[in-house]
Amino acid sequence: MNQSSVNPPPVTALPKFPVPSRTKKLKDRLWRERYLFLLLMPGLLYFIVYRYIPMLGNIIAFQDFSPFRGFLNSEWVGLHHFKTIFSDPEVVRVLWNTLWLSFLQIGFAFPVPIILAIMLNEVKNERYKRIVQSIVYLPHFLSWVVVIGIVTIFLKNEGIINRILSPMLGIEPISFLQQPGWFMPLVILEVIWKEAGWGTIIFLAALSGINPSLYEAAVVDGANRWRQIWHITLPALRSTIVILFILRLGTVLDSGFEQIFLMLNPFTMDVGNVLDTYVYFKGIQNADFSFGTAVGLFKSLIGLILILAANRLAKKYGEEGVF
Amino acid sequence: MINQKSMSERLIDIINIILLGLLALMMLFPFYYILTISFTSYEEYKLSELILWPDRWVTDAYAYILNSKEFIHSIGVTIYVTVVGSLANIILTATMAYAITRNIWGQKVFLFLVLFTFIFNAGMIPTYLIVKATGLINSYWALIIPGAINSFNLIVIRQFILSIPNELNEAALIDGANDLQIFTRIVLPLSKPALAAFGLFYAVGHWNTYFNAILYLNEPSKWTVQVILRQIVILNDTTNSLASAARDAAKSGILPPGETIGMAAILLATLPILIVYPFLQKHFAKGVMLGSVKG
Repeated sequence: MNQSSVNPPPVTALPKFPVPSRTKKLKDRLWRERYLFLLLMPGLLYFIVYRYIPMLGNIIAFQDFSPFRGFLNSEWVGLHHFKTIFSDPEVVRVLWNTLWLSFLQIGFAFPVPIILAIMLNEVKNERYKRIVQSIVYLPHFLSWVVVIGIVTIFLKNEGIINRILSPMLGIEPISFLQQPGWFMPLVILEVIWKEAGWGTIIFLAALSGINPSLYEAAVVDGANRWRQIWHITLPALRSTIVILFILRLGTVLDSGFEQIFLMLNPFTMDVGNVLDTYVYFKGIQNADFSFGTAVGLFKSLIGLILILAANRLAKKYGEEGVF
Repeated sequence: MINQKSMSERLIDIINIILLGLLALMMLFPFYYILTISFTSYEEYKLSELILWPDRWVTDAYAYILNSKEFIHSIGVTIYVTVVGSLANIILTATMAYAITRNIWGQKVFLFLVLFTFIFNAGMIPTYLIVKATGLINSYWALIIPGAINSFNLIVIRQFILSIPNELNEAALIDGANDLQIFTRIVLPLSKPALAAFGLFYAVGHWNTYFNAILYLNEPSKWTVQVILRQIVILNDTTNSLASAARDAAKSGILPPGETIGMAAILLATLPILIVYPFLQKHFAKGVMLGSVKG
């Protein structure tokens, strides 16, 4: 995750050549590097066609795009779609859902891998530790369809949870998946179930770098387990936590399309529709390409600003930052 | 020193171990439950509250789902996309990663192009329109080409290639090898572990892909396994998604084994992941951490 080792260089930093034989030299160099360019070409072409041309394609956010007239001939409407974004109560609600979900994620899902890593770090029996690790990493590799499939099987009215709960508490089965109130808690729990174990890897790596003599010295000084965690383990995790937090802030408007899309149904649409799914419903299903693009572009730009700002903030407070 | 642990220290250890054990059980129980129910008869499943061990092990659900042409076809499609897709991923990622480790003309620009996608991406709709414009809609290539290179994987593989001692390059150059030969005879063999690891990561991604399939493939006959799985388990629709099996069952007057079909489908769709998991596990910690090694 740490990208500081590969600082993005400025675009202008092209090699300088002596003026007289400039083209000749360049030609020689390109010929010398022809095989490297051969290897580079497919990947470069991919980046240009499928990553950068679509970035330019964002101009349709300022058009009334019609697939028949194309990118260049569609009618220009300026900031019309952006004005709609801020005046449409539906967008405001979707934006609110997105931010609320991210807030809950950062509050509840973000700390779990940290706690789990510390718990694993405290286990002295290496074998037990490794078995637990193998088990908690596994859900990361399951698809969202499988995870939400499992959740559906467990939580539907005639599912195992209701079969146990309703006779026990003497209540009617609870429609967890249809009740708006359960939507966000379930989404958060799913994320924790699927990703918390995987998320520990990066923290465990940071912990493996701690010099054991620090703990020994702490024991000599009479520090109990909590004090060791507080004064040695947590400080060792600090910069990792800060970096992951910065990266997380940059994605507060991303909700994980697949998970939300698969969890949504007509009953939970009001509380669960987020920007990602909204762009899909509007832009693809209703074929309102320009408006969907405007919402998407708005989202990407905010994300860009947030990650740059968070990075600067981290540097200001003496952390390394991401780039 | 360490032997002088107080009672409370030991208590913390024990509670910690128990809590971790419970967490691990929480991760495993869904698998266990779905496995057992998939082998339970539908009648027994319907009647009992909680089944941890069925009275009778039956394979009705598996027989039903494997009789469905739609399901078998979706598995075939997904295997094809996974194999071809991962190969394409790894070839494109490795070649480009190698080219930008060398001091190639414009190297910094190319590297910047990759790194910039870390913080800014074209949105869903412009990408969709380009995929459409390049004629990939309803083609399996739409599941392969638009995600051909993962920028993060590319950077990690580049770091790995950079860690190969430069003396090897120089020795090969003196022996008269060109860049292509250096790539195929030195770089590729030496980066095999990294490439295998990322090949597996890409493969898991292809196997699990759902969003691209619904975005780019409109015909039900092209459904991948995750799409059909959603129809069966989440939307509870086996009549349309497993039409051929449903017809057969109706013809022979057998009642379909209800929700146990969904459980069998989940297990069949997860089996490949479970099979490669030990290999993934061997590699991933290294793979994930490689990225953070300072170059």
